[in-house]
Amino acid sequence: MPVPARCGKHVSDCAAQRFGDSCWGSAGDLRSPSRKIWCTAMKGYERVRAVIIGAVVAGILAALIVLGSRNLTHFDAALVGYTFATLFAAFGIAYRYAMWLQRPPSRMYWRRGWRVLASGAFLKRFVSGVRRAVVDVAGNRFIFRRGFLRGAAHLSIMWGCILAAAITFPLVWGWIHFETVPGSLNTYRTVVFGFPASEFPLGGIISFIIFHGLVWASILVIAGVMLAFRRRMMDHGAAATQQFGEDVLPLVLLCAISITGLMLTVSYTWMRGYAYGFLAVLHAVTVILTLLWLPFGKFFHVFQRPAQLGVALYKESAEEAGRATCKRCDRPYAAAAVVRDLATVERELGFRYEIQAPSAKKDGGKNPEPAAGPSKDETQRRANHYQQICPSCRRALFGLAQSALWNPAVDSERESGAA
Amino acid sequence: MAVPGYLEFFIDPSRCIGCQSCVQACSECDTHHGESMIHIEYADRAASTQTVPVVCMHCEQPTCAEVCPADAIKRTADGVVQSARKPRCIACGNCVLACPFGVPELFENQQIMMKCDMCYDRSSVGKKPMCATVCPSQALFFGTRQEILAIRPQSMPTNRFQFGNQTITTRVNVMAPRTKARPPLLDVTAAMDERPKNRTIRLKVVGQGELDPFAEVEI
Repeated sequence: MPVPARCGKHVSDCAAQRFGDSCWGSAGDLRSPSRKIWCTAMKGYERVRAVIIGAVVAGILAALIVLGSRNLTHFDAALVGYTFATLFAAFGIAYRYAMWLQRPPSRMYWRRGWRVLASGAFLKRFVSGVRRAVVDVAGNRFIFRRGFLRGAAHLSIMWGCILAAAITFPLVWGWIHFETVPGSLNTYRTVVFGFPASEFPLGGIISFIIFHGLVWASILVIAGVMLAFRRRMMDHGAAATQQFGEDVLPLVLLCAISITGLMLTVSYTWMRGYAYGFLAVLHAVTVILTLLWLPFGKFFHVFQRPAQLGVALYKESAEEAGRATCKRCDRPYAAAAVVRDLATVERELGFRYEIQAPSAKKDGGKNPEPAAGPSKDETQRRANHYQQICPSCRRALFGLAQSALWNPAVDSERESGAA
Repeated sequence: MAVPGYLEFFIDPSRCIGCQSCVQACSECDTHHGESMIHIEYADRAASTQTVPVVCMHCEQPTCAEVCPADAIKRTADGVVQSARKPRCIACGNCVLACPFGVPELFENQQIMMKCDMCYDRSSVGKKPMCATVCPSQALFFGTRQEILAIRPQSMPTNRFQFGNQTITTRVNVMAPRTKARPPLLDVTAAMDERPKNRTIRLKVVGQGELDPFAEVEI
């Protein structure tokens, strides 16, 4: 059964939910007409802003293509389909990134992260930040901790894709091309942005490695995809929670790109170019489809995920600034700045966790208060927002609240029994 | 696959005996390999043995999902709030601090938040979650509304909770005293000053002048 979203729409009807974004910017219940109009207007404004940002990014990339290929002199017209797909992908990624950063929690972390960087606190943590970037992001340590094969699969796919992108995109955009060195037909020169960069002999091991770079990338990706598919087929938990569009389709696309790409090499190396034209079109179709889908599916995490470095930086600096103490048990439980920011975000989202009035005494003083724990008056005086209560106390309160419901019933039962 | 709408989760914390069976069973669930996602919380460890089993309540408007900066937490159409999507979760811990029930857990070393997902591999095919399967006192019950109303004639489920000025409605129910009126709102913040009740245990001796080894225990 579809579930009503905050605005009264059903999740299946909501464009934001369909594209993987949650509903935000809402102040309480949005089922009233005025709130709906406000929500629609805000969404419209945010979309227009994101479209402009996306268009600017795509425009900058187009300008760089013209510049890097020296007025399209070195632009390969056969790759024009790829070029337009990358321009669309740049637009889509920037659009989604802009939409993402307009969500209150994302915006908060974005601002706080930059503030930490600007404050100079980053310099104190430069070494640990670089180490974290290398070990966690480049080395996928945190994924290896979830399972060795899982880590191996991700590492293989990640570096295969990075290698393929590093080779393909500059070639497609005309930023890199190769030419023979005048007077030496056995030497190739790499030209980057129109400037000669390096030379290497043809027929050697270096040229073999360079010209087969996409083959190595394909092998890495196929190995990783096979490991990932193995897990998705054998792991009951993954099988239950996975979604075709989010989890399976990306693997299928990566596999299709890699295999059709490899088939091109097979065709011209061992099959005298048999079906090369067909394979080239097939490969182009798979790559272009992936590029068009890049901003909207799982691959967006490539651009989103590095935020974990900024978050870690912010959390570390916030922890140093002081910890929040639970208003019920007086134990520290989180960085005070993080708790304050979260309360702000919740207000922006329309949640009202403020505790205005002190709770009334429920038991009528029948039961003596235990000696342990904070005094009632103290708790009432100090807790004015539910964020000031630690998760452990929230769980205890949940049970105590349920017990309180039953206390009058138990008491009356006892009284009737005694009578 | 989706959890059938007619199957619901019912929690009765007052029936919890703190045996930790659910904790052990939970860690065997395939969706969070080896990690137990249920909490057995002591209401006040120094003063009472009262324990509170806490699973994800699967809110209709999940605060954890809305405060997630990476938009990693999704609620599926069957009303189950899933664990953070692993590619997206940036381990900020917002969800851990924001959940009004104190459910999500952050695993810093794996850079991921995990939480109770109602044993989705089981419940989505109509089976009971692991905790409900083993709970000896049926503090955790998974079944139809008719079943729970039949076996608990004095109770009725409620799924509305008050936290300060915020009302939260959930997919998971808590058992409250049965009334003819609308199920009560469970005001959690009003319990801020509640303490576990001191229970008096009396042995009610049947017969005159002789001890009955099977005396009824009244708590």
